[in-house]
Amino acid sequence: MGTEMDKVIVCRNLTKQYGNFKAVDSINFEVNAGEIFGFLGANGAGKTTAMRVLCGLSYPTSGEAWVAGFNVYHQQEQIKKHIGYMSQKFSLYENLTVWENIQFYGGIYGVPHAEIRKRGRELIVSLGLEKEMKKLVGELPLGWKQKLAFSVAIFHQPRIVFLDEPTGGVDPLTRRQFWELIYEAAAGGITVFVTTHYMDEAEYCNRICVLVDGRVEALDTPSKLKSIFNASSMEEVFYQLARGAKRKSD
Amino acid sequence: MKQLFAFIQKEFYHVFRDKRTLLILFGMPVVQILLFGFALNSEVKNIGVAVLDNARDAASQQLISRISSSRYFHLMEPLLSYDEVENRFRSGKISCVIILPSRFGNLLYQDEGAPIQIIADASDPNTATTVNHYLNTILQQHVQEMNAVLPAAFNIIIETRHLYNEEQNGSLNFIPGVIALIFMIVSTALTSVAVVREKESGTMEVLLVSPFKPFMVLIAKAIPYLVLSLIDFIVILLLALFLLDVAIKGSLLLIFVESLLFIITCLSLGLLISNVTNSQQAAMMLSMAGMMLPTILLTGFMFPLENMPGFFQVLSYAVPSKYYYSIIKTVMLKGLGIAYVWKETLVLVGMSAILLSLALKRFNIRLS
Repeated sequence: MGTEMDKVIVCRNLTKQYGNFKAVDSINFEVNAGEIFGFLGANGAGKTTAMRVLCGLSYPTSGEAWVAGFNVYHQQEQIKKHIGYMSQKFSLYENLTVWENIQFYGGIYGVPHAEIRKRGRELIVSLGLEKEMKKLVGELPLGWKQKLAFSVAIFHQPRIVFLDEPTGGVDPLTRRQFWELIYEAAAGGITVFVTTHYMDEAEYCNRICVLVDGRVEALDTPSKLKSIFNASSMEEVFYQLARGAKRKSD
Repeated sequence: MKQLFAFIQKEFYHVFRDKRTLLILFGMPVVQILLFGFALNSEVKNIGVAVLDNARDAASQQLISRISSSRYFHLMEPLLSYDEVENRFRSGKISCVIILPSRFGNLLYQDEGAPIQIIADASDPNTATTVNHYLNTILQQHVQEMNAVLPAAFNIIIETRHLYNEEQNGSLNFIPGVIALIFMIVSTALTSVAVVREKESGTMEVLLVSPFKPFMVLIAKAIPYLVLSLIDFIVILLLALFLLDVAIKGSLLLIFVESLLFIITCLSLGLLISNVTNSQQAAMMLSMAGMMLPTILLTGFMFPLENMPGFFQVLSYAVPSKYYYSIIKTVMLKGLGIAYVWKETLVLVGMSAILLSLALKRFNIRLS
């Protein structure tokens, strides 16, 4: 697929250890620019730990990793400038209005004031939130909050956006609409790194990486994985892989 | 800098949109000042007092009429013998007994002086202390006036002295205490809750992933509450000045600087609490039990420290508000300068430094 320059995330034997416990055990993978990369695993498989390292929130124990071309050991500040992040909690301020949330997140990423206004308006229009602009986010329905949270996470035009189980708690229809936004972002050149445990979501990804007990057990496109494991759905693939897990999910 | 501004602006939105926070911020100081200033006045009036006059001479009569003319004391039926003391106390009508020795008039002019025994009902130690203070003041005044008109000096043995707040105007002493309490609530409790709220809602995670530095997150969280604490401080001072007619004797600048220092101590504490807790309730409980209770109990502003068991007296040295209370009392009510409060100031500086570095250290540990 693409040249070395196109690799937005590179992990080489990346390990994160707590005492004797290897939360992430020597994982290797690469993510290409503009790709939607799914990170699958049971609870406790090491998804979140790996993601925290890649987001510059913690240091790896050993191995190497680059995000947007920056090293996770000594260029965390640079990494943070080039990534966006959204968690299952949506990360918007409920008692701030839609517009204030946009202004705030634009502000802490250092987007110039004029730029925030211009792009903020465009965003409001594209989401169809003109009437709700001055409403408190707490009053919006869940699906809208989620879309807004995603749009805010990529407002500063990062190279990569990390989504940590972004569609928790919403129905499949809303999830679908949400994925349309993800596709749009990917088409615009933003790489999407998404953790999930919804298998219908896994099918939407370009490539899937399955983590079991902190190790990469499978990595390929959904259709390839299905044929390798002779399965009809991603659910089945996942089940076959996760069965071998020794760690209990918590 | 622009990022910091965006953050602080957001923080003020939170404050002004939360009715409960607003109520605590601006309702609490007013209510407390009114409560302590008028309702919970520690000033005692019409204290029932009974006299056992073993002398029955001119000097003793003079003294007794002097006491009865005071608006603080209400003279009850005199005691006839010492045996009655216990029963009269039990009747609950008196808080104090004064016993004058026989030959009181003669003893007055001797070098050793005339001993007067004051027995106060100490089941309420505060009242007992106050009664003792009042009586001493009256007796001393009596001695001074008599000495002025009499050719030979006479003498009553009184050990206690109190120089400040002679009228025991209750509304003065509580003001520094209320200020300390409000700072504790705004700077410690509200700040810790505001930080923990971001942890609960998941926005803290997003802030930490952003290029905004973790250290700056703490600073940005603390600054609004610093400003709000100062506003509360000014409100309390104005209320004290105009509603309670308190004269501020010392340097306003010194009071302001010391208050700023104490606010920083409280903020550091709040940030530390927010680091060790993960829910708003836990943060609130820790702030309340850990800081507000000691401020009320162990600074001496409501309950005299001297009357407490030794353990609590020692414990009180660990309470930051004790030092602030003492500083403000000294500067505001006694009009003294930094020369009299530098030790307490140093303690507060030390405490702030320790608390703040602990808060920052823990914050960083949580990140790695």
